[in-house]
Amino acid sequence: MRLLGALALLAALALPAGATAGVEKPVIVKAQSGPCIAPPEVMRREHPDMLKHQRTITVHEGVRNAKVDLEKCVACHASKTTGSVAASKQDFCESCHAYAGVKLDCFECHASRPEKE
Amino acid sequence: MNNRRAFLGKAAALGGIAVAPGLFLFEPARAKGVTSKVRWGMLVDTTRCAEGCDACVAACNKENGLSGRTGPDDSQWIRKVELKEKATGRTLSLPVMCQHCAEPPCVDVCPTGASFKRADGIVLVDRHICIGCRYCMMACPYKARSFVHRPLHDQKPDVPRGQGCVESCTLCVQRVDRGGEPACVEACRAEGRNALLFGDLNDPASAISRRMREAGAKQIRADLQLNTGVRYQGI
Repeated sequence: MRLLGALALLAALALPAGATAGVEKPVIVKAQSGPCIAPPEVMRREHPDMLKHQRTITVHEGVRNAKVDLEKCVACHASKTTGSVAASKQDFCESCHAYAGVKLDCFECHASRPEKE
Repeated sequence: MNNRRAFLGKAAALGGIAVAPGLFLFEPARAKGVTSKVRWGMLVDTTRCAEGCDACVAACNKENGLSGRTGPDDSQWIRKVELKEKATGRTLSLPVMCQHCAEPPCVDVCPTGASFKRADGIVLVDRHICIGCRYCMMACPYKARSFVHRPLHDQKPDVPRGQGCVESCTLCVQRVDRGGEPACVEACRAEGRNALLFGDLNDPASAISRRMREAGAKQIRADLQLNTGVRYQGI
């Protein structure tokens, strides 16, 4: 009886995991326009350093309209449904960060959606 | 000697060339930032500032995405202050905001370096570094700074703000960096009062320098010798 119960539990655990093959992959929605500032493999690895480097230059030296610009990232990658990069689990920034288990706190201060025209 | 120079010149030129895509020996020249040749300042003509008018405050709130509420834990970057001289009954109305001191006490006390003065004299908080200790709020003689107590939503893309950081007037740095002037100055002019004048204090030919030379301008709490960037006429 106990063995049967354990087997049933195992089967129940194994089924959904087998169906999705581990952790769900992030949803990567295509950006709205034009090519990015760097190829995807570079962006995936380097974007935190790029942004961290640029933020000091922008805040302290007043360089606006630089190549690396969070506002431009948001403008291209905002989801068509939520209008944001971090409002839902499907949105561009949020989906990858959830997958990687990295806390995303840019948008506690920065706008996660482009300026309304 | 000449050969050596030519060689050094070529070497320096080569230095800027990419070794591999995205990898440079020396960083190529990047966009120019702020310089200390300019010192931004503002002149408030209190004789033109009208009692009851708060166009500057409203414009500031709109530009920077502030709520406009004036409770003890709401952010106020600019306030209208009404004064009355007891002896004579003379009344004065004037806006008070961050005075953008040349010797800012907020910068002196900041334990992390978040409070800083830009090369062009604008005093700012780098929210990436601010830990929300609020020493600067205690140090500021003008009560110019506010603390954000609660999470915020729908901030302006150009004005990031968030819970746990201190903030104050930035002289609308996002406009100034693009060659514009602060929202309050624009609103005051649109109101037809022209009580606010923005410009370069380092340039003797600028309108603000000329007016200060001709009409004179005072600092609030001049005794503190902070050399403020915001000056007042007629107080």
